[in-house]
Amino acid sequence: MATEYKNPVLRWIDYRLPIISMLEHSAVSYPTPKNLNYWWNFGSLAGIVLVIMIATGVFLAMQYTPHTMMAFDSVERIMRDVNYGWLIRYLHVNGASMFFIIVYIHMFRGMYYGSYKEPRELLWIIGVLIFLTMMATAFVGYTLPWGQMSFWGATVITNLFSVVPFVGDWIVQWLWGGFSVDNPTLNRFFALHYLLPFIIFALVFLHLWALHTHKSNNPSGVEIKGDKDTIPFHPYYTIKDSFGLGVFLLIYLGFTFFAPNFFGEPDNYIPADPLVTPAHIVPEWYFLPFYAMLRAVPDNFIDVFGILPIIISAKAAGVVVMFGSIILLIFLPWLDTSKVRSANFRPVFKWFFWLFLLNCLMLGYVGGQPAEGAMLTIGRLCTFWYFFHLLVVVPFLGKYERTLPLPESISAAVMAKESK
Amino acid sequence: MADHTTTAGHGAPHGSHGDEGDSRRDFLLLSTIAVGVTGAGLAAWPFIDTMNPSKDVLALASTEVDLSPIGEGQSITVMWRGKPVFIRKRTPGEIAEAQKSMGGDKDPQADDKRTKKPEWLVVIGICTHLGCIPLGQRTGDPKGDYNGWFCPCHGSAYDTSGRIRVGPAPRNLDVPPYQFTGDTTILIG
Amino acid sequence: MKSTILAAIAVCALSIAGATSASAAESIKAPAQKWSTDGVAGHFDRAQLKRGWQIYKSVCAACHSVHQLSYRNLVDLGFSEAEAKAIAAGDNVPAGPNDAGETHVDGQPIMRPALLSDKIAAPYANAKAARAANNGAFPPDLSLMTKARKGGADYVHALLTGYKEPPAGFQLQLGMNYNAYFPGYQIAMPAPLVEGAVTYEDGTNATIDQMSKDVSAFLIWSAEPELENRKRMGIKILAFLLVFTALLFALKRRIWSDVH
Repeated sequence: MATEYKNPVLRWIDYRLPIISMLEHSAVSYPTPKNLNYWWNFGSLAGIVLVIMIATGVFLAMQYTPHTMMAFDSVERIMRDVNYGWLIRYLHVNGASMFFIIVYIHMFRGMYYGSYKEPRELLWIIGVLIFLTMMATAFVGYTLPWGQMSFWGATVITNLFSVVPFVGDWIVQWLWGGFSVDNPTLNRFFALHYLLPFIIFALVFLHLWALHTHKSNNPSGVEIKGDKDTIPFHPYYTIKDSFGLGVFLLIYLGFTFFAPNFFGEPDNYIPADPLVTPAHIVPEWYFLPFYAMLRAVPDNFIDVFGILPIIISAKAAGVVVMFGSIILLIFLPWLDTSKVRSANFRPVFKWFFWLFLLNCLMLGYVGGQPAEGAMLTIGRLCTFWYFFHLLVVVPFLGKYERTLPLPESISAAVMAKESK
Repeated sequence: MADHTTTAGHGAPHGSHGDEGDSRRDFLLLSTIAVGVTGAGLAAWPFIDTMNPSKDVLALASTEVDLSPIGEGQSITVMWRGKPVFIRKRTPGEIAEAQKSMGGDKDPQADDKRTKKPEWLVVIGICTHLGCIPLGQRTGDPKGDYNGWFCPCHGSAYDTSGRIRVGPAPRNLDVPPYQFTGDTTILIG
Repeated sequence: MKSTILAAIAVCALSIAGATSASAAESIKAPAQKWSTDGVAGHFDRAQLKRGWQIYKSVCAACHSVHQLSYRNLVDLGFSEAEAKAIAAGDNVPAGPNDAGETHVDGQPIMRPALLSDKIAAPYANAKAARAANNGAFPPDLSLMTKARKGGADYVHALLTGYKEPPAGFQLQLGMNYNAYFPGYQIAMPAPLVEGAVTYEDGTNATIDQMSKDVSAFLIWSAEPELENRKRMGIKILAFLLVFTALLFALKRRIWSDVH
């Protein structure tokens, strides 16, 4: 279906490498549901932020030194002496926070509208893989300034791998390249931090390929049936995404220029000291819900859960729960048995969705507090509810919920809305 | 299931408001594009400028040298922008030799064009052939046939004004930008 | 739509609560002060910065380094290059090896006057020397202090003015001083500021509160020398973006008018 281009240069290129018709097919005439709301902006926004992160990251890497004796000072040199160094650094650090905010909203959008359901299961799974890779990237990236939190956060999290039976301690030593987090660790974390975003880039390519195979979901959850349901991506969604980008940039640059350390930890402006442990080791905010889950498991696992033949330490259980919470997401397309996609037509599920969201926010709050007293109890309740929602509520509702009648088609839904 | 035609059916934009609507949309479109392009250009500048020399590098771009400890017939080497600079307090004999001629055939140059004060010679100590550092700064160093500096790598010989006389080097030893900030202090760069 | 707004409010409320979550309260929260650098129009009061530098140099520099700063940075405070050079030349820094390859002579390091390009001279050669001179306590580097502590300059100012008699029954350890704002209430540093400790060159009255404000403002600059530039640039860029986003919104409405 080579389209004849009037421009001879475009024709010459496209005949040899159909990149222009590919772009035309996937970003210009590409049929998109006409009823997408602003929650659908967050995918393209995430892609743009990925590019911003890679661009700012490359320019930072030109000036950064990944050696324990020089890392902290090299970052300060960037902030003080490198032209616009402070800007590129603050863009990178706040870009990371923005990236997670955007991706979390993007994921919750998927959960609300059932975007993970057939035939988009692989699209969803690739998305979970992107999220996991983002977490790995952010984790190794945070160690690079070699502040107190960089060092101690790395120490706590790498130590978790010792729970692996038999080879746990060897794994930790292998990760460290030594007997504690030190220069070999920092250097390899820098190499990985540079590498992983390009893995994310490749996963995003697969993610978009899967998306384009069956096209976008939409707020009604009813699939595209014909031409009347869609509009071309350009100019409708190019302009809508551009407007969304403008709003995003206002927020992003608002933080960057006026509150650049809002999302950060003051302790990370203290150079790393292996002999001084900070009073409260906290990861960056986007890891807090998982941190809460990690610390939620009671010391005496057997007491709480009755009989268990295998004694598994609270630490190991915490690790399993933490990673399990993300791995479990991969199975969401099969856990959700509902025939109806969108929560707009699932009134009971809708309330449980908001409860789940509130639960996740609560987990985030708990993760930032010391793990004691009332906070510990709340953290345990919320961790329990997270798994209960996914393993019990969602499958149960899928089978037994009475859903609202679905519209005939997307265009029918749009016309019904307009006539109100 | 939507098909792959290049026009996506009913949803294609059409100028429903007539000519005036079109020109209004065009103005809006054009001004938006103009503002967008300007913004992109402004956004690109910090990324370009960040690769320019940083403030700590620029702080070392100039080197101040106190000449008072240097006696007649003595040479010192100072570092300037990562390069060695030869500073020599020439003897009257060396000055006379330097002023006698225009130097070699390859790069003739009068001595007074290469110095600000005749007794002080300031040249970059890098052979203009392939970049070795010529000998002649220390007592006991070979100075070559012209009593200046001798490059051991390929045999270039420079005179008491740092001009190339013999050997493969194409140019005289380069004179860095410098000025006297006092009777016995210079600022290089 | 309603549920969207409710969701947004919930998210904001919880995030603000999360972001301002207190660490275990072993001290009182520092009261908020007004700084010239606050807010969208934040800027440096250079007269105050110069006074703050004077405090640092005459009181704090005896024990605390500011090793991220170079003498050439002092030009930002309003000193001329010549004045900054003179300040630098008044300090000595370790010289590199001499022609014989020695860095020390008779057990003492060879020193040279500092240049503009040098980092500001530290009072101690290394951390161990600092501890040895201060009963095992380490006077931290101050370059980033207002970014490295919760409460920033408010905390620094509260600390410097927070020395008082310990309340009845409080067990003060040997060699420690009671401070209402230091976590744990006991700090190794004795009260550094005394009324009239310096005579300000601009004639300002040197009360403890004034000196503390001035040195705290200096430390804001030390931690964030780009602050003024950053906020000015931010205003221009956000104004530009507001215009651009408004244009994009108008264009979006126009293009979508035939779909709605």
